[in-house]
Amino acid sequence: MKILPVLLPPASPQPWRAPRLRLRHGVLIALGLLCVVGAADAQGTAAGRPSVIATLWRWTPLLLEGFVFNIAISLLAMAMGTVAGVLLGLGQVSQARPVRGAAWFLTQFFRNAPWLVLLFFAMFLLPFEFTIGGVTIPFPGWIKATIGFALPVMANTSEIVRGAIQSIPHGQWEAAESLAFGRRQTMWMIILPQCVKRMLPPWMNLYSLVTMATVLASVVGVTEMLTLVSEVHAAEGGRPELLAPLYGYALVCFFLYCYPIGRLTVLLERRFQVRI
Amino acid sequence: MPESAVPLLRLRDVHKRFGAVEVLKGVSFDVAMGEVVCIIGPSGSGKSTILRCINALVPIESGSILVDGQEVNDPALDKLALRRKVGMVFQQYNLFPHKTALQNVMMAPIHVLKQDRKAVEERAWALLKKVRLEGKEASYPGELSGGQQQRVAIARSLAMNPELMLFDEVTAALDPETVKEVLVTIRELAEEGMTCILVTHEMGFAREIGDHIYFTDRGVIVEHGPPKTFFVEAKDPRTRQFLDQIL
Repeated sequence: MKILPVLLPPASPQPWRAPRLRLRHGVLIALGLLCVVGAADAQGTAAGRPSVIATLWRWTPLLLEGFVFNIAISLLAMAMGTVAGVLLGLGQVSQARPVRGAAWFLTQFFRNAPWLVLLFFAMFLLPFEFTIGGVTIPFPGWIKATIGFALPVMANTSEIVRGAIQSIPHGQWEAAESLAFGRRQTMWMIILPQCVKRMLPPWMNLYSLVTMATVLASVVGVTEMLTLVSEVHAAEGGRPELLAPLYGYALVCFFLYCYPIGRLTVLLERRFQVRI
Repeated sequence: MPESAVPLLRLRDVHKRFGAVEVLKGVSFDVAMGEVVCIIGPSGSGKSTILRCINALVPIESGSILVDGQEVNDPALDKLALRRKVGMVFQQYNLFPHKTALQNVMMAPIHVLKQDRKAVEERAWALLKKVRLEGKEASYPGELSGGQQQRVAIARSLAMNPELMLFDEVTAALDPETVKEVLVTIRELAEEGMTCILVTHEMGFAREIGDHIYFTDRGVIVEHGPPKTFFVEAKDPRTRQFLDQIL
């Protein structure tokens, strides 16, 4: 009997896929960092100076304060960017052609710009204070940086919203229309609630990216964790053996914060995939 | 069936094109209050488009559609007012998946008709009972079978108290064994005097409940008549060919 080729399993082997980061990998990374710290520690003590671990411990309150600041910037940027992005995304599916065009242009413009450039843009084009009706409101660098991060968040959220809205089957619109729902009612009561589930995973992914990008603010002179790390290093006399542990410390902080978000995203994606 | 002087629905020479394709090439018919009309015909003959034109889901090029004296082919048409009178049930149910069966039924009366929530909820329970879905009020559409979902969709449309119900191949996506439960619901509606237009492939059902059968092919109504005579005495070769294939 002749075996038809279509019945055979695919000939090409499965493409190579990077293994997913699991908890044990995280533990390995942490262990590796500990080794680096330990090695540096041994060198440090040998020279009769305070041990690296003691040094890290001493600066931990300051460094963590810096990290919390990073998180604050990321949360604020995410909040502002999301509100603006949802509006922009709705603009992209507007029935009015000019609105749709303008929203599309803004989205594409800010989505295809390097984040660091947007950050410079925000830092140097926004004034350092506002005067409204005789009242002067200071506008510190970190707020400007936050706006700088909010811009790409806005653009990416806009695309997430547009994509989610357009992924809702057309029948939902027709059903709502035939029940005499207006367009706005349909959007807010029927379409958008169904979009939330679809938008959540990419939106959380975006948040992780923003959090990690906040260290860029150190480039434009905002005192956040990375700035503090380098200042601490200088304050400790710029010992080269402190470089790896200090920056490793920052890495671990971001890893511990962002990794669970990534896992949660994957879990949510899987959960939502089943129920369609 | 009583022939009232002014029909509830009157189509005159309705033309509709999608791009270069002319889907409806002059469709005219009347539907009297309380009448049950079945539209049959091969795929792509414009059956569903007729229904979509009646509740202004798609605009028409020319002709006239009068629903309860209201002209649908009018730029100043109040579409929402029209759709309050015309209920529609779809082949793919199109229930709102993020709402329970009860909420699906309650949404439009509360948010469109602005009726009192309490009264609406009472009516919604009664409607779900009427379509034999007692106990399924709190189920989400994803937890219901196709036939059950379709009956929720019927209840959802009825909650708006429409004067005219449009059924667009409502059993085409169902398993054979669940088709019946949906047809039973529609038959009850028809018996209660609801004016219905059904686009269907269920010839037996059309013959049983239809007061009038229309056969469409390539955008025109080829032949029509009461079921008793239509199914037996259809003369047009296209009708004959279609019926021979399907019966």
